[in-house]
Amino acid sequence: MAQVPMILLTDLCKNYAMGDTVVHALLNVNCAIVKGDFIAVMGASGSGKSTLMNILGCLDVPSGGTYMLDGEEVQRFSPNNLAALRNRKMGFVFQAFNLLPRTTALENVELPLMYNKSVPAGLLRKKALEALAWVDLEKRAFHFSNQLSGGQQQRVAIARAIVNDPVILLADEPTGNLDSAMCVEIMALFQRLNRNGITVIMVTHEPDIAQYATRKITFRDGCIISDEQVPSRRNAELELASRRTDPNDEAHP
Amino acid sequence: MRFRSILKIAIRSLNRNKMRSFLTMLGMIIGVAAVIAMLAVGQGARDMINAQIAALGTNVLLVFPGAFTSGGVRMEAGSSSRLNEDDIATIKKSCPAVMYASPVARTTQQVKAGNQNWRTSINGAYSEYLDIRDWDMQEGVNYTDADERGANKVCVIGQTIVENLFGAGTNAVGQTIRIRNLPFKVVGVLSEKGQNAMGQDQDDIIIAPFSTVQKKLMGISYANSLVASATSETQIEEARQEINQALTDRRRGSSGDGTDFTIRTQTDIGNAAEQTSKTLSILLASIACVSLIVGGIGIMNIMLVSVTERTREIGIRMAVGARGNDVLLQFLVEALVMSFTGGIIGIAAGAGFSVLISKVQGWPVTVSVFSVLLGFSFSAAIGIFFGWYPARKAASLKPIDALRYE
Repeated sequence: MAQVPMILLTDLCKNYAMGDTVVHALLNVNCAIVKGDFIAVMGASGSGKSTLMNILGCLDVPSGGTYMLDGEEVQRFSPNNLAALRNRKMGFVFQAFNLLPRTTALENVELPLMYNKSVPAGLLRKKALEALAWVDLEKRAFHFSNQLSGGQQQRVAIARAIVNDPVILLADEPTGNLDSAMCVEIMALFQRLNRNGITVIMVTHEPDIAQYATRKITFRDGCIISDEQVPSRRNAELELASRRTDPNDEAHP
Repeated sequence: MRFRSILKIAIRSLNRNKMRSFLTMLGMIIGVAAVIAMLAVGQGARDMINAQIAALGTNVLLVFPGAFTSGGVRMEAGSSSRLNEDDIATIKKSCPAVMYASPVARTTQQVKAGNQNWRTSINGAYSEYLDIRDWDMQEGVNYTDADERGANKVCVIGQTIVENLFGAGTNAVGQTIRIRNLPFKVVGVLSEKGQNAMGQDQDDIIIAPFSTVQKKLMGISYANSLVASATSETQIEEARQEINQALTDRRRGSSGDGTDFTIRTQTDIGNAAEQTSKTLSILLASIACVSLIVGGIGIMNIMLVSVTERTREIGIRMAVGARGNDVLLQFLVEALVMSFTGGIIGIAAGAGFSVLISKVQGWPVTVSVFSVLLGFSFSAAIGIFFGWYPARKAASLKPIDALRYE
């Protein structure tokens, strides 16, 4: 790991006041993430993994410590600069998909482009369609989000996350609401993105989903208790290919 | 974020709740329509009053005796000084801007003709009185200077008198009426004039020679007031100053203070009436403004509901890079679209309503450009004012709180 880390967390803390008691959601977290990592963040609920994701995604600010992203101290950014950072450098994928209701898939994907002033208005649709094509959903571009299946919704969300060419993809339990067949498809997309150089950080509590990552960080009570390389990494695309040849596999038990 | 897409999003989100948006807009529509209609009606009333005042003869000057107020002590009008025919002689001699001048002796008496009787005011004045007032004869003729000199018992009567003593449509010329048991011959009937700006019936009047009324009916040696007309409307101020000068000069010898009379012109009366109708318009407009504000509160209310409902959407937008200002603008534009659309419909409805009033009431109702601009800018101002708080509330949400909102 001679590489300069893209993300460097030093003594990162996040406290919540719950009445009179202070809850330490994160306690002195130290971590370095290099460009091109595919990290699975694991842990029981309440262990601090979601809090970490929110801070990494600049949706929340830490109570203490530093968060360096590409050599800049993110906690010093103004809310407007944080918004710009989320827009240009990050893509979000949520467990509940979080697409805008009663809005077409295309418009959902256009959304980050609308807030990106460097993209000319005329290119919005073209770029959004390209992103949708990448997740193999261009035929569904004009369907409303509620007319799509869960897996399709999540793919639209991935298209929305990558449309601004981010450097980091943050996924908070992306497969939590999906069946296992869909999970593999989503993981295949993630692994492809990761091969293209995008750093993927994914929260999950399913150990077999974590097997698609390259590195596994486990949290307990706001602290990192283990940080290890994934020994026998699964390849989602190979699994998909084998499933196609054998239709009676786990997709249709 | 580009303005066109903001506008598109705003219109779409309003479309999603059509009924709600329409009801919210209805508040604005009623408010703006009320402003437009009230201003139009007020303006129409003002125009009508002005027209009536102009019909009174705007170059008329009235001289009343006695200061109405003197150092806080109010005297009985007419008690401090007595205007008389010598004043008229002086005015006629030394005031070139005055065309006609006449003393007026006024008394209210029971008038009888046959078995009918009627109480009305009798104005004693020179035969020029009709020229001063610019009143026309419908039938018969005016009395003459000879009647004046001889204090003859002749008179000219208005339409109301004809109706009450002889019956409508009767030719009263040549008939005799009795005032305090003195027989007066009716030589002329005035044409109908209707009510004046103050609501007085201008046809309920008897005009007789000054000397007759003064000596034979009232038994006084002075005049209750003087009336004069300027050579033209532009000469009114000139005439007022000349009369003031002449009367003051005349009084310096005999009475001490010299200014115990008041000159009023129709312009003064017109101004007073104008003031009254202006006050009325302001009153109407303020009532209309209240409904506008209520409409604005409706917008604010619905926008607050909308912000709460769409907290998650705000969170998603923020997560993909919307700044606080983008969110602020989005909700502000939404409020503005509602208030503007409401404003435009309101202007149309208000104009339509004004036309309806003018048709039904027969008033000259005028929808002015000013009131349209006012309605327009009011709806914009209300959109911004009442849209700001909910929009601010949406913009100041923390991304993580908005995203987690259930």
